[in-house]
Amino acid sequence: MSGSIQDTFFEECEELLEAMDEGLTAIEGGDHDSEIVNAVFRAVHSIKGGAGAFGLDELVAFAHKFETVFDEVRSNKLQLNTKLIQLLLRCSDHLADLVSVARDGGSTDEEHHDVLIAGLEEYLDEEEEDLTFEPMGLGGPSVPLPLAMETEKTYQIRFQPLKEMFGTGNEPFFLFQALSDLGALRVELDETELPGFDAMSMDESYLAWNMTLVSTEPKSSVEAVFEFVEGLCELSITSDKDAEEDAAALAALNAAFGMSGDSAEVDLPSPFDAPALAEVAPMAMTEAVERVETVKSESGKSEQRGPNPTLRVDLERVDRLINAVGELIINHSMLAQQIANLDVADLRDVETELEGFKNLARDIQEGVMSIRAQPVKPLFQRMARIVREASAATQKTAKLVTEGENTEVDKTVIERLSDPLTHILRNAVDHGIEKPEDREAAGKSRVGEIRLSASHRSGSVCIEIRDDGAGVNRPRVKQIAIEKGLIPENAELTDGEIDNLLFLPGFSTAKEVSNLSGRGVGMDVVKNAVTALGGRINITSHPGKGSTFTIILPLTLAVMDGMVVSVADQTMVVPITSIIETMRGSDDMINSLGADGMLLSIRGNFVPICDVAGALGLRKPNGDQPPGVYLLVETETGQRSALAVDDIHDQRQVVIKSLDGVCGNIPGVAAATILGDGKIAMILDPESILAAGPSSTSFDSERRMSNAS
Amino acid sequence: MQAEVKIGDPEVKHAQQSEFVSFTVAGQAFCLKITQIREIRRWSPVTILPHAPVDVLGVMNLRGAVIPIYDLSARFGLQQTEASERNVVIVVAVHGKPVGLLAESVSEIISINPEDIQDTPQVDSRHTMEYIQGIISHDDTMVRIINLDAVISAPEQGLS
Repeated sequence: MSGSIQDTFFEECEELLEAMDEGLTAIEGGDHDSEIVNAVFRAVHSIKGGAGAFGLDELVAFAHKFETVFDEVRSNKLQLNTKLIQLLLRCSDHLADLVSVARDGGSTDEEHHDVLIAGLEEYLDEEEEDLTFEPMGLGGPSVPLPLAMETEKTYQIRFQPLKEMFGTGNEPFFLFQALSDLGALRVELDETELPGFDAMSMDESYLAWNMTLVSTEPKSSVEAVFEFVEGLCELSITSDKDAEEDAAALAALNAAFGMSGDSAEVDLPSPFDAPALAEVAPMAMTEAVERVETVKSESGKSEQRGPNPTLRVDLERVDRLINAVGELIINHSMLAQQIANLDVADLRDVETELEGFKNLARDIQEGVMSIRAQPVKPLFQRMARIVREASAATQKTAKLVTEGENTEVDKTVIERLSDPLTHILRNAVDHGIEKPEDREAAGKSRVGEIRLSASHRSGSVCIEIRDDGAGVNRPRVKQIAIEKGLIPENAELTDGEIDNLLFLPGFSTAKEVSNLSGRGVGMDVVKNAVTALGGRINITSHPGKGSTFTIILPLTLAVMDGMVVSVADQTMVVPITSIIETMRGSDDMINSLGADGMLLSIRGNFVPICDVAGALGLRKPNGDQPPGVYLLVETETGQRSALAVDDIHDQRQVVIKSLDGVCGNIPGVAAATILGDGKIAMILDPESILAAGPSSTSFDSERRMSNAS
Repeated sequence: MQAEVKIGDPEVKHAQQSEFVSFTVAGQAFCLKITQIREIRRWSPVTILPHAPVDVLGVMNLRGAVIPIYDLSARFGLQQTEASERNVVIVVAVHGKPVGLLAESVSEIISINPEDIQDTPQVDSRHTMEYIQGIISHDDTMVRIINLDAVISAPEQGLS
């Protein structure tokens, strides 16, 4: 992963795009604060800067237009209105596309690109003549130079960097250089604040510069030079048209800052000759050079909110750590078991220490797991775009409201949740939200609202997508299901059952195949994706009020709570989330149905019994085993079954070991884990055991049973 | 290349030789190049995999990794091994993944000159031709060199 600077650039782009999105969303929400506008501008600018350095011309050209319009907004030449905000949002989406095209190859929709460019140009009164962009140097901002001739002005600039400026890797020299590009520049160093050598602190900034600039540029261009050190220095810029005022102002300025007569003069372009500069901040400078890759983005953000210091780590390293911790925990239980087996009279001390060891191991595990956990915020932000595009394509108006953005979920879960969420949201806009006229007629606001929320709920993550649309059209859903032969014509279904028909494969209610949904890929794909993550999805709907999709996901994919059971002398683990109830059965609870069907009577209800050993091909189905223990489980469709096992031993947290690459997909088995005694146990997947049913697979396991026992 | 080699130079001779570990499976002598073998362990009961074919004994915990164990004998179409404490599991890496092979016992390490390896004679069984890379005559017995990549195909196909 890491290594090339280009990779770093793209990683940064991700962050910048995120910041940009965040800012634009805030602007859309009516917050026109100049800091937010500035933040977005800086993000676009930084992307442009990096892209320029890598010769990504298309990206640079687009970012430039985008940035220019934004600059107008920033300087209050353009008023933010809904139309402009919508355009800016679409541009930000396109910019993200361009970045991903630049990274992964492929192409963007050229027509779309041109439309957006044209849209942006509408807002630019003058034709931009300068499209070429020079890569940004070390903290030196590049300033587009308007060529318009104006009368010469004289600027008095007082520039006193704070020590933070050196910390962010900005270098006064480049600022002076940028200034001298604007016109004739005279720089004077003011070292009056420089304390005696003994009192000097190495990382404090004591120097200031007084500059006189004669230039035709407007004041805004001069200010733009200091754009990136805003808040990191004390700056005053005064412009005067005639020399007298100029001198007076200079005197006033000098007086104000207590400038002494013997100020040292520094000639450009060699400020490094000034020994003081090199002396004052040598440490800050080296540090700055080392961090130069990251400061660009950070300095932009830091003004708005203090960023938490973060560390970028290769995901593989984290995974290795997680694996190692998993081993540690297994190792601990093996050790504990060995010690317990020892024939020693007094083990109390050892056991106390062992308990401490266990707690530490758990702490480490939790810590490591939390490294993988990430807030769902970026995912939710991407979803705002989906809603935007979907509503544009369907001529509906909908907005996405997000809640619980800081809920942390395993990274893999976040990655794999993107597609199902996209699908659900598109569906919500396409099928859920009504057309604006219809909404008005129904007494709702014209703008549909889709609420996307995430929360932790007793060890799982709950993600809810709630729309305030029409709800599921149940008669129609049922009719389609009958037409497609998914349910018999005379089926009597409850409302909930009808809603859940949406998850059946090959079900699509769209009357016409729209651009968005209804391409033969239905909600069943969503369901499969969620199930693959070990989660569940549910839909509830109220006609006329909207529908809610609820996705329940496990917090992590690496550890799971399981019930340790024995099946045909093998130890196995059943995920606790799928178990509703456990019970010990007696003969009179078992009822035969047909040739080999068995029903278990639970408080007057009859549920089918599934012999786990039989389903796994480990023992002849329906052999003369004593009535064992039953685990009552519920499938996705809400149907209950009793899994018959020999015994229940324990309930514990197990580390999931994938069987991918070890052997192919085994029906009934989800993964494996290593138990305290070092043995491997299969983690069962009740859903697929029930799907397989009491299998008729050949009774081939006797030999292997003898090997295994 | 060959011409430059000084005859009788022990170092060069050693470099040319490869070492093989020989073992017995269902009474027959087989061998694997020593570099292919990661470790040899005593047999301990494995966790059986549901619905697995007869030549897949199950999975074993190798220091935290779940590795599949194959019965070489059954794999070669010979009788199934009655695994016991006397048997060994030879851990090899195939397609970058560790895999355990159950063998009756490990015999010795033998050094062989490449020219002593004979091609597998043409026999009827396609599987035999695939699985056996060549044969060596060692102490008047025939030792079969196993073609590991053919015996253990890509992991996904391990169970079919």
